[in-house]
Formats: sequence, structure tokens, C-alpha cells
Amino acid sequence: MNPVPAEPTGSSPVKGLVPPALELRGIDKRFGAVHANRAVSLAVARGTVHGLVGENGAGKSTLMNIVYGFHRADAGEILIHGRRVDIYRPHDAIAAGVGMVHQHFMLVENFTVLENVILGVEGGRRLTDGLTRARAELEELARTYGLDVPLDTPVGQLPVGLQQRVEILKALYRRADILILDEPTAVLTPQEADQLFALLDRLRAQGKTVILVTHKLREIMAVTDRVAVMRQGALVAEFATRDTTPGELAERMVGRTVSWQVEKSAARPGEPRLVVKDLVVRDRRGVVRVKGASFELRGGEIVGVAGVAGNGQSELLDALAGICRPESGEIWLDGHELVRAALSPRARRRLGLAHVPEDRLHQGLVAEFSAQDNAILGQHDRPAYNRGWLQNRTAIQTGCAQKMAAYDVRPPNPALRMAAFSGGNQQKLVLAREIDGDPRVLLVGQPTRGVDIGAVEFIHRQLVALRDAGKAVLLVSVELDEILGLADRILVMAGGEIVGELPQSEAAEKKLGLMMAGVRGEGGA
Amino acid sequence: MSGPACLPRWIELGVLPLLNLGVALALSGAIVLALGENPWTACKLMVGGALGSSDGVGYTLYYATNFIFTGLAVAVAYHAGLFNIGAEGQAYIGGLGVGLVCLGLGHWPFWAVLPLAVLAGAFGGAAWALIPAWLQARRGSHVVITTIMFNFIASAVMTYLLVNVLIKPGQQSPETREFGANAFMPAAHELLAKIGITVAPTPLNLAFLLALGASALVWVLVWYTRWGYALRVVGQNPAAAVYAGISPERVTIGAMLLSGALAGCLGLNELMGAQHRILIDFAGGAGFVGIAVALMGRNHPLGIFLAAVLFGALYQGGSQLSFDMPRINRDMVVVIQGLVILFCGALGNLFQAPLAAWWTRLRRPGEEA
Repeated sequence: MNPVPAEPTGSSPVKGLVPPALELRGIDKRFGAVHANRAVSLAVARGTVHGLVGENGAGKSTLMNIVYGFHRADAGEILIHGRRVDIYRPHDAIAAGVGMVHQHFMLVENFTVLENVILGVEGGRRLTDGLTRARAELEELARTYGLDVPLDTPVGQLPVGLQQRVEILKALYRRADILILDEPTAVLTPQEADQLFALLDRLRAQGKTVILVTHKLREIMAVTDRVAVMRQGALVAEFATRDTTPGELAERMVGRTVSWQVEKSAARPGEPRLVVKDLVVRDRRGVVRVKGASFELRGGEIVGVAGVAGNGQSELLDALAGICRPESGEIWLDGHELVRAALSPRARRRLGLAHVPEDRLHQGLVAEFSAQDNAILGQHDRPAYNRGWLQNRTAIQTGCAQKMAAYDVRPPNPALRMAAFSGGNQQKLVLAREIDGDPRVLLVGQPTRGVDIGAVEFIHRQLVALRDAGKAVLLVSVELDEILGLADRILVMAGGEIVGELPQSEAAEKKLGLMMAGVRGEGGA
Repeated sequence: MSGPACLPRWIELGVLPLLNLGVALALSGAIVLALGENPWTACKLMVGGALGSSDGVGYTLYYATNFIFTGLAVAVAYHAGLFNIGAEGQAYIGGLGVGLVCLGLGHWPFWAVLPLAVLAGAFGGAAWALIPAWLQARRGSHVVITTIMFNFIASAVMTYLLVNVLIKPGQQSPETREFGANAFMPAAHELLAKIGITVAPTPLNLAFLLALGASALVWVLVWYTRWGYALRVVGQNPAAAVYAGISPERVTIGAMLLSGALAGCLGLNELMGAQHRILIDFAGGAGFVGIAVALMGRNHPLGIFLAAVLFGALYQGGSQLSFDMPRINRDMVVVIQGLVILFCGALGNLFQAPLAAWWTRLRRPGEEA
């Protein structure tokens, strides 16, 4: 079933000019309330490596999944080598010459490389025929592209870098002409990544077209010819790679929205509340995400942690809140050491550490619970909410109603299911809950992600009020403007390290952008 | 998460289950018709057999008692996000505890035996749930798999004990001796006779009231205590539980222990109330019916009670039916029960989407077109 090649494009600008390998026109896609792609148009020239950058959630993966047929666009068209194609499912994409290497490999671990490659295109009733033909062809491919992979080893026994090559081989074996790599280096060591880049060079030299989806700017600068930047579902900029800089890209990724200037007086920092020394955090896959972070947080100040998403900020927050255990290092909260004592989030809360998590619905709320049940999450064992064995439902309800009134949560109905509230109102309730615990230190992750403008201002004012009351606030945000508007002191994270520290007065977007791209700040950490 | 459209509660909790039940019964009627019997007569026989006499009602509620215990067991685990398939084995081992207390202390006064028997039953069931619970919490071994395996192990252990250890000397069938008369659960007809109400003697006994008490306990525990709150947070969103400082491991183990304990109380009805001895396979599949009961009852004690009575009626009416209609044998009754489980449990949401579409159209006439 080949996708029906429709009429050749009328808009091919000049006769005789090679049409782009892949052209997207006005691709638009919504998932419920989320506008994942906003009229994205993009042309990728044949024989180039084209970068697609953007933060998590900027819509890169959605766009590529539309090209590969996992999703269908609500509007827009896809042209391959100048011909419009209808891609309803991955099968159509493959037939049109598009191959995709996913971030999480789609391999059968206990099959050999050879078996994995022919999976789905065995060719004929008898497996042996297909295997013989495939072996010959794969050896040919390996020679052409320098893609050496042991064909008879079970894939599960190969290192991750080689498993990725198997994925690339799979795509090439299916005659892929356009190769999409989704965050290919997320799981690779730097050396493996370099080998991958060398391979991409060879593919380009052989006339293949590569689309590299990533949020790592180093990779973009290293291998791409052109780069497109996505932000909030829209394609906001496109450059020839040699004409741009990591700083500029970082700035465009994070974007400039309305200036979020917050009214606030000068900070009067007091005693150190939270002291972090040489904190090292590994994620579940064993990758080191925070590489020896040290800093202190004083009462009466807001410290912002700036950085492109995925540079260790989330793991830092989780480690501070007690959600994951750091590998080494120390966290001191008002004279209590938290790491060696392995204090639970509950125990930390009792010591005065509150946490507004980055991902409300994943961590901070139970969507199917009522607002009042959510308003006690993490504080459900407080005496005020209980009467002996039983919960004090009246106290829970009135407590929630008070919070809703004080934080202007709409609709002010404690019995309503949390999922029925808008993002901004959900966030206000989380904030109300955490601040209501009268914390001495508040950790805040992405406080205004997915929050409407009105609520943004309100939330910012609450954070400043908390600071003015002498509390310490650690603000992690990928919104540069939010950091610039709120923070009294700014830490910049890149690649899991705190690469610089600036007082607000010295921070400018350009400078921060450079530091976020991994260029060390002279401010010194 | 319900489907795309939301239905009002009275449709969700009232109309939908009745519709499911109706379809199951209609299909059963077709099968009865195919066997050459009159479905209407069969239906009358079943309903009459289950609910038409004090005799039938007694048996229906006696069966229902077992299903309430196992249904509650499944529901408690479900609220913590666990699917306990092992109520059968937990009931079996719990029954061993009940039986041993009754065998050993049968000469004690009943009011002394009863609390010990309850404790022993709960302890046996909980102990049998502990290992799967621990494996799930600490090692991530899926509780569905381990509890299924533990059903088989329970069965083998009990067969061994009854054949080799507990068997009453000098008899062939693998059963213990009868409990001392003090350890018999008072029968409903005896209790009612004391207050001047005469009903036919049936195995219905005091354990029915204990099952109702357990239902109330579960209701309070799950929805009105902080432990129940933690349980539901873990079931709904484990990441939020960790964030809130609730340990999913501890909740998992606690929920499975309570689940096993509830299942273990089945012996109070079946052994202390009816059989008065320990015998092979006394749980008789009630653990599995409990899954259907919990599903159909939407894991709420009130729903579980209603579903348990329905299944009790199917059991009792079914045996009446196979007795009166020779062409419909015991296996046919199992088929009918299977259809009810299929439509009310497994396919419980089959009609939700069409019903929701119909409801939306009804509410907004013209807007759709």
C-alpha cells in the first residue's frame, strides 16, 4: 500500500530546482486543550542535516510523529521530494522513504540484530530466504556507511550506542531516504555521541537527509547545516547553523514573552536556611543528572535556577524535596542534615520545607480527587485535619474553602474534581496548600507553566510576599523572564552543573543565554 | 477516568448496571430457548427459587455472605491500585485459621471463641497475602501473578493438611472432625426464633451480620480515615503519593494485608456457620466471584452488597433451576453466571459510550444536527 502521490506541487519555485526532501505546510495539531503544533511550515533540503530544537513540550516530537504517521495532523500537508503524500500510519511513512529512530528503541532484545532488522519485512513465507537476502544487503549497507554491527548477537547484549545503530540500519534497510532521529544522544555517552555524529556525516555525504530532534545545542552546532527552533508549538526561527550561536538559540528556545516585571523591594537576605554541598544525583537509568551542585539559600531571598529544560534542574528539586535519594553530597535545612538521615518528604515538610512540584498533575495533585482532598495532600496527618482515627471532614472542607477564597481559586467549590479546574486554578490551589503550611523554605518548580497571564501575576506576587516575610524561596523555571523578574540571585544550570551565579542586577538575557548554553560564566560558581 | 462524555450519577450507577444485567439475562434466555425450555418459566423458577420463599432468601443471603467478604477484599486492594486475584487462596488459608480455633477451643463459650476465630481467619488470610504483597512492594513482582500462584499453593497445602494431618482418623473423605457445638455460628432461624419470627432452617447465620459490619468498616476506613486517604492516593497517583511523603510500599503491603484478612473471614460463614468442619475446597470459587462482585459493585461497599446478593440469588436460583428443569444442568447455570460476570464485570463499560452519546443528544436536541 503506497501512499498515493497526489499532484506534483505547483509551488515548486523554479523549474529544475531540486524540491526539498521533506516539506511541511501549515501543520496544525491539537490534543484537547493543548495546541501542540501551530501552523508549522518547514522545508528540509536533500542531503542535509537539519536540526529541530526546542524545550520539552515545545511540540518537536509531535511534529515528527505526524511525519512518521503516529499522529494525524488536524490541518496542513506533507510533501516528500515535492510530492504530496498522505501519511496515515508509520507504514505509509516508511513506504514514502521516511525512517525514524525513537528515543526509546523499538527493538526485541532477545532477537539478533539480523532478526530485528527484518522484523516486519521478512519477505516470503520461509524465514531463511529473507534472512539470507537481508544478510547480504546489510553487509553492503555496513560497507557503504561504516555501520559495523555484529549481525548475529542478540540486541539485548549490545551497548546502547550499537543498539541505536541497529535502529538506523533498520531504517536504511527499509530504503529510508529521510531519517528522523528523536533525541538520539539522550542515552549515549559523549564518545558514542561523537561516533553518531560521524555516522550522520557519512549519511549526508551519501545523499541522505537527516532531521535531528534535540534540545542540546552542542549537537546542533556540531552536526547540522540548518536549525529550526520550536517554542510552544510554533516554529519561531530558522537559521543556517553557521550564522547562529548557542546563545541565540537558547534565547529563542526559551523565548521572550511579555515582560514579567514584578514589583518588589530590594531583598534583605538573612540567615542561610538551605545549604547544599556537592550534591550528586543519578536518575533511574543511572545517568548522572546533577554533578556536584553546591549553593546556599537564605531567608528573605528568592534564588532562581535558570537553565534549558533537562539540564538537571528537575532532579535537583526532587533530591531537595526528598523524592529521590542523591548519590552523595549534603543538604542542610536549618541545621538538620537531610541526605544521610534519608528524611522522607513528609519529615522534610515537618521541618519547614514545602514544595510546589514542576509537574502539577503528575506529582502535586490527584486529578480524580476533589479539591478538598487535594488541599490536604502531604498534610493529611496534621492534627487539624483529623479527629483520632477519623478525618475531620468539616475542617478539611472549611480549610479548602478558605484557601480557595484567599487565593482566588475558581470555581470556589471544594467538592469539585481537581481535573475540572483550569491549570492556573490548580496551580493556585497547590501554592495555597504549600504556603499555608507556613514553610521556612519553599521549593517552586515551573510555577507558571500552563497558567494564564492573570494567574501568573498573582502567583508571582505570592512568592514575593513570602520572601518579604523572611522565607527562603528556590525558584526553578525555564522561563528566563520569570527568573529575571523574580529572583534576587540567579544560579545557572547546564549539563547538571551550576555553571554560574549572578546577582539579579548583573543578569541580562544574553549573558544568561550563553551560560545556559554551557559557556561558563565569569561570575564563577 | 471515565470516557469522553460524563454521565449523571443515576445513569452511571443505576441504569448502566441494570442494562448490563438485562443484556446478560437476555442472552441467557436465548440459550435456555435453544435448549428447548421456556425462558420465561426458567426466569420465574430462578427468581422464585432465590427470593420467593424464606428458604430461598436464606440460602441467597448465605451465599451472598461469602461474596461480600471476598468482594470487599478485592475492592480494598483495588483502591490501592492492586488487583488481588488471590482472595480464593487467602479465604482458604484464613478458613484454616478459623477451623483450627474452632477445633481446638470448641468447648469454650461461643462469645470467647468468636473473636478468636475472627482474628485467626483474618490472620490466616493476611499471612497468605503478605508474601505477594512484599514481593510487589519491594521487588516489583506483579501481584496478579503471585496471588494466582498462591491460590495453587494454598490448594496444595490444604489438600496435604486435610489428607495427612487434620483428617478425622478412621474415615476416607479428607475432612476434619466436627467442631465442638459451642463453636457453631448461631443460625439465622435460631436467632429469629428467639424474637418470635419463624423462618425455614437455612445455613444463613450470624456471619451475615459480621459481613455487613465488615462492609461498614471498609467504608469508613477507605473514605474517612487518613490511612484510607493514603491508600487512595497511592491507587490514583503513586507519584503524588511519594511527593506527599506517603510510602507506596507500606500502603501496598497494608492494603494487601487488609484484603487478605477480609477474604480470610469467609471461613466464619462457610465453616463456622455452615459446614462445621474443615473440608476440601470449601471456598468453592467465592474468591473469584468476589472479583466480579467488586467490579460490578464499583468497589463500593454498598454496591458490593447489592452485587453479592445478586450473585447469591444466581447461585441459589440456579440450583433451583437445575433441579426443576432437567435439561438445564448445573453447568448451564455456571454459563448463566458467566454471562452475568462477562457483561457486568469484564464488559462493564460496553454501553457507556453509546449511552453517553444518547444522553448528550437527549440533553441538547438539535445542536448536534
